[in-house]
Amino acid sequence: MNMMSEAAVEKALDQKMNTVPFKMIGKDVSVYYGEKRALFDVNLNVRENTVTALIGPSGCGKSTFLRTLNRMNDTIDSCRVTGKITLDDGDIYDPSIDVVELRARVGMVFQKPNPFPKSIYENVTYGPKIHGLARTKAELDQVVESSLQKAGLWNEVKDRLHESGTGLSGGQQQRLCIARAVAVSPEVILMDEPCSALDPIATAKVEELIHELRTNYTIVIVTHSMQQAARVSQRTAMFHLGNLVEENDTDKMFTNPDDQRTQDYIMGRFG
Amino acid sequence: MSTSLILLIILIVGLAAYFAGRARATASSKGKLSALHSLPGYHGVYVAIWAVLPAAFVLAIWLLASPFFIENSVRSALPDTVKSQGTATIELMLGQVMQVANGLKRLNSDELAAVTSGSSNLRDALAAKGVPMANAGEPYMVEAAQHYNSLRDGSRWVMSVAVLIIAIAGAVFAIRGISAPFRARNRVERVMLGTLLVASSIAILTTVGIVGSMLSEAIRFFQSVSPSTFFFGTVWDPRFSAAGSGGTEGQFGLLPLLAGTLYIAFVAMLFAVPVGLFAAIYMAEYAKPVVRGIAKPLLEILAGIPTIVYGFFALVTVGPFLRDISAQLNGLVTGNYVNFIQAQSVLTAGLVMGIMLIPFVSSLSDDIITQVPRSLRDGSLGLGATRSETIKRVILPAALPGIVGALLLTASRAVGETMIVVLAAGVAARMQLNPFEAMTTVTVKIVNQLTGDLEFNSPQTLVAFALGITLFAITLCLNIYALYIVRKYREQYE
Repeated sequence: MNMMSEAAVEKALDQKMNTVPFKMIGKDVSVYYGEKRALFDVNLNVRENTVTALIGPSGCGKSTFLRTLNRMNDTIDSCRVTGKITLDDGDIYDPSIDVVELRARVGMVFQKPNPFPKSIYENVTYGPKIHGLARTKAELDQVVESSLQKAGLWNEVKDRLHESGTGLSGGQQQRLCIARAVAVSPEVILMDEPCSALDPIATAKVEELIHELRTNYTIVIVTHSMQQAARVSQRTAMFHLGNLVEENDTDKMFTNPDDQRTQDYIMGRFG
Repeated sequence: MSTSLILLIILIVGLAAYFAGRARATASSKGKLSALHSLPGYHGVYVAIWAVLPAAFVLAIWLLASPFFIENSVRSALPDTVKSQGTATIELMLGQVMQVANGLKRLNSDELAAVTSGSSNLRDALAAKGVPMANAGEPYMVEAAQHYNSLRDGSRWVMSVAVLIIAIAGAVFAIRGISAPFRARNRVERVMLGTLLVASSIAILTTVGIVGSMLSEAIRFFQSVSPSTFFFGTVWDPRFSAAGSGGTEGQFGLLPLLAGTLYIAFVAMLFAVPVGLFAAIYMAEYAKPVVRGIAKPLLEILAGIPTIVYGFFALVTVGPFLRDISAQLNGLVTGNYVNFIQAQSVLTAGLVMGIMLIPFVSSLSDDIITQVPRSLRDGSLGLGATRSETIKRVILPAALPGIVGALLLTASRAVGETMIVVLAAGVAARMQLNPFEAMTTVTVKIVNQLTGDLEFNSPQTLVAFALGITLFAITLCLNIYALYIVRKYREQYE
């Protein structure tokens, strides 16, 4: 077994993909912004402890779909969602569902790093304090250390936890935002082009981090970079003009896609 | 020629110069416009500027300076009997001479002859033409007035000719300078720059002038009352300035007024800040666009109501209401129907001023809250925070410096507010802490000291300038500090 290369292990894992249970199920999801329809009856399931990449040209609805998964679209007045999305068999659009609790279970990392203008420590403890996950100072310290460890930022900031989070570099800020999301112990983490504002080195670090987070979390990532999708994800979904074109294992998607449009997009013929 | 006619002629010359310059530039391009450094229009404007600006400048200087020289000449021509009576009499007589001169122009030649020969009464002749005179007038006045008129006419004639010559000379000079490589564009640009500079320096110089005049009057006040008794005095009792007494018996203590000003401003802020801030949070964070579109302008209408209306409202509605309700309350508790809130009180003034300040607080804070980037809101909501948690823990802390700046700006308005306190605060200058009693403010006392029949050299009136400059210093400091904070905050998100 130890003779097997890491890539081979990954491959073996990916082979078993079809047996992995679904964490979130989206059924006939449509989204309207006022009169304009942005998503057309999307059926897309997210598997547990898997990185699912959403790709497609700009304006294809991939970010919109991502934001339906933790109801961030609710913050846009004109936005309306139809269809059904479940998280562990519970309908997240059910009126009895507390959207605040949902967002604690389904965390989000945004395109642009958006640390709060507070200290690094306070950035990480923001979520746990709100949800009452940690009461004492010792517990908070523990949460901060473990979250920053998981985000691979601990060694860089452990000596300056009480300096402002906005003073970090772009890549560090984004990892701080990931730590902030992780600190709430979510089950799913949504990432909306998390590397688009970062340089290649910072991007590599965040990608590595996504790889590690996969063991504990279910991750859905929107990306414009084909290479990134190929590197970090096990499943890939291709969107085009508000429709889900194809959803498949990432390997198959990038080598032998079922749909001609996917082929064209991956080859760079449009988008 | 009248001044407006001269101006019109200058403008016509300028217009002609514009077309001449254009034509000359077009001609010198030899049919190829790109050979010109500047477009023909710029050459035209350049020539027009040369035609209009120097001429207008000379006109302005002449109009300002010539009365001075003419009056001097007339003054020296007055009889010695007048001259020996001191400057006040000389100025008085000079005024009369000018009045007569003005009147003489309206007489026709027959009447003029009658007046100069002394056969008809000067006063009656002028009164018939609608020019009143204080006394019958003396013979030398007609002579001096004629001298004055002839000087004026001569000056005006010379001025008209000079200005016209300068306008034409300027245009000719500029036209001769035009050639294809001539950089008319850059010259015009420089004139534009100069115009803008002049405009902005007028605003600044006006401020400097106002402050300067206030300062000089205040210094006159401090010559009769020492600054320490003014700034640290605790009794305000200016008395009346009896004519000729010039007495300094009055006491001019600033502290009771300052205490009243700050107390009333404090009560107003106590009322305006929570209401205004909550309104701003609702507008910025919760209100749907439709609601916001209606409610925000409505709220801002409050800011457009003249403050005298608020004062009136305080005087006839709020004050009596508070007085009556306090009497009722007192009656319920003690059985003795005596009001414990005066109709004119700190509370009345503060309350109404607070209402006036709400739109300032809410509008400024709303701008600052909406400036907080959306990404911070999303970040907080994405972590499962509710809206109010997001506002409390992320948005308000991020917006706090800006909000503090806005509150300081509002406070400086509260300190300088006049009409509401004049009507609602009362005039009793005392130092006390009961908000139900009347107190008075710096602005009220300025109004008090400057209304009525008064002479402008007693400390009783000059104190208004000392009060004014003190108030100005306070609001200036508040404004500068507020702007400093607001600017510092702006830099964070840009």
